[in-house]
Amino acid sequence: MSIIQTSTLKPPLILGRKTPTQVTSDVCTVPEKGPGRLWLPAFLLALSALLLGIVAVTYQIKVGIGTWGLNRTVGWAFDITNFVFWVGIGHAGTLISAVLLLLRQKWRTSINRSAEAMTIFAVMCAGVFPLIHMGRPWLCFWVFPYPNTRGSLWVNFRSPLLWDVFAIGTYFTISLVFWYLGMIPDVATLRDRAKGFRRKLYSLFSLGWNGSARTWSRYEVTCLLLAALATPLVVSVHSVVSSDFATAVVPGWHTTLFPPYFVVGAVFSGFAMVLTLMIIARKVMNFEDYITQRHISAMCKVVVFTGSVVGGAYATELFIAWYSGSPYEQFAFNNRISGPYAWAYAIMVGCNVVAPQLLWIRKVRETIALVFIISILVNVGMWFERFVIIVASLHRDFLPSSWTSYAPTLVEIATFVGSFGLFFTLFLLFCRFLPMISMNEVKTVLKPHEATESFGKDTLK
Amino acid sequence: MKQRPVRTEVGVFGDEHTLLAAAKDCQHRGIDIVEAHSPYPIHGIDPILGIRSSRLPYWTLVGGTLGLTLSLWFQYWSSASDYPLNVGGKPFNSLPAFIPVTFEMLILFAGLLTVAGFLLTSRLFPGRKTHPIDSRITNDRFVLIVQRKDASMTQGDIQTILQHHGVLECWSEMNE
Repeated sequence: MSIIQTSTLKPPLILGRKTPTQVTSDVCTVPEKGPGRLWLPAFLLALSALLLGIVAVTYQIKVGIGTWGLNRTVGWAFDITNFVFWVGIGHAGTLISAVLLLLRQKWRTSINRSAEAMTIFAVMCAGVFPLIHMGRPWLCFWVFPYPNTRGSLWVNFRSPLLWDVFAIGTYFTISLVFWYLGMIPDVATLRDRAKGFRRKLYSLFSLGWNGSARTWSRYEVTCLLLAALATPLVVSVHSVVSSDFATAVVPGWHTTLFPPYFVVGAVFSGFAMVLTLMIIARKVMNFEDYITQRHISAMCKVVVFTGSVVGGAYATELFIAWYSGSPYEQFAFNNRISGPYAWAYAIMVGCNVVAPQLLWIRKVRETIALVFIISILVNVGMWFERFVIIVASLHRDFLPSSWTSYAPTLVEIATFVGSFGLFFTLFLLFCRFLPMISMNEVKTVLKPHEATESFGKDTLK
Repeated sequence: MKQRPVRTEVGVFGDEHTLLAAAKDCQHRGIDIVEAHSPYPIHGIDPILGIRSSRLPYWTLVGGTLGLTLSLWFQYWSSASDYPLNVGGKPFNSLPAFIPVTFEMLILFAGLLTVAGFLLTSRLFPGRKTHPIDSRITNDRFVLIVQRKDASMTQGDIQTILQHHGVLECWSEMNE
């Protein structure tokens, strides 16, 4: 006992000297007895945003893509920006649940469940945008290679847009399976505490889990294997998304830097979103003992690191544009910095490169309000990064006669707001009905000196 | 073959250390350890229960191999053999361009087969009945189930051993 309390090396992962019994009752309170008073207003707000989005999407499907601000020069804009933005958000969830598991980072246990839920909902939001961009979304099954009456005309496997279908599809499926697998023991906990209909429901989804040592042993192996598969998967997903741009000959897109640059940017924006969500959730759901200052500091460090790498990527882009000697590349980047969309470039650099640097300072990392503001800024900045890459590269193309400008219409803005509505509606439902913190994993890190550095130690040698 | 009903002793513990100590002691005295149940994995119990290192990685390997070969073959067959179509003058068999989809399918098949293997070998499925040994297993209780090998040891002897290790409750059960 005294070892834990007198150690000044590191604060414990979970505060309040919780016992497993307390962990169960703390986490199960919300799904069993309902959340605090703030939940309902938040849910209604999210639901209204979702409804606005549904109205906007219905309208644009009925009338057509002409309701957007696109033109012949700028063929991709708001919609693809939102797609890349949401896919990027998702990446932190996989990083926390898979990469940090492989790296044996114990602090991940309090946040991995909700971070992974965030991944799944963000990918769902992302999926909406290419779907409606098809213009005729009822033909969306054309992206799959199925035998058809057109001679069996197959899909074009050389196109990065098709790679996207497979990458995002696999990413969504594996994330969903991983998330559900992690939840089985906790759903069994809820089952064993519930009565009547709820018990039946939880029984169905807990698959008859009985916590036997043999099952636990296989369970740990399965989690490690899935983590090992999800790690290269998450790197591949945003690399493939970046190929949508990098394989085109548009100056400002056609660069080999894109895959690593996009992956790091995705982790950066994803961690910022996890911070935003967790800072709200720990307050609203009374999880301050579980998601502690130590967790927030750890995530801040990831944000400042990835943010600096993103800054390095911006500098590399500029250097290579100059060093390449290609007048088109040089023009594209001059236009980005000083053209009509210079304000967007300034927001991007300010929010992504400058603002997170404050997180080097311990005082800033330990001031929750400042961390919250910086996390919002990073979200804004990363949205603008995609906007700058897409619109600022397209609007002045090779032919000055077709130079034009782009501004989103109300329909596009409403759709974007709607995607936030979808995201928060799903996230709030998740917080309300499912165990938001992974009870079975948190119970293993309650005593810091004996916590499971040894995840799966016995079973994979 | 119908098995004779056997009597097992069930001991409920408050944490994994006391359970582990009791299990080691029982093993030392020649009592069979049947199973252990816990709210989270107990590290160190596997050798006592005789759990071998898992063969699930083979499911992953099979899934990954299937995903890789099937998707690579399908892309080659549909693009270069069944309906070759000239897209931008690129070769029908654009092998490097087929790799991203191949990779994604490798991961998908490997992941799904690993999970399927886990569910099948652990016999987890919707509607499976759980034997309610103790409903607090998923909360804060650690249950050890042991079984005596021969008649030289009585039920009372085993319970004494368990009590020595701080068992909270123990009882006997007849299992078919």
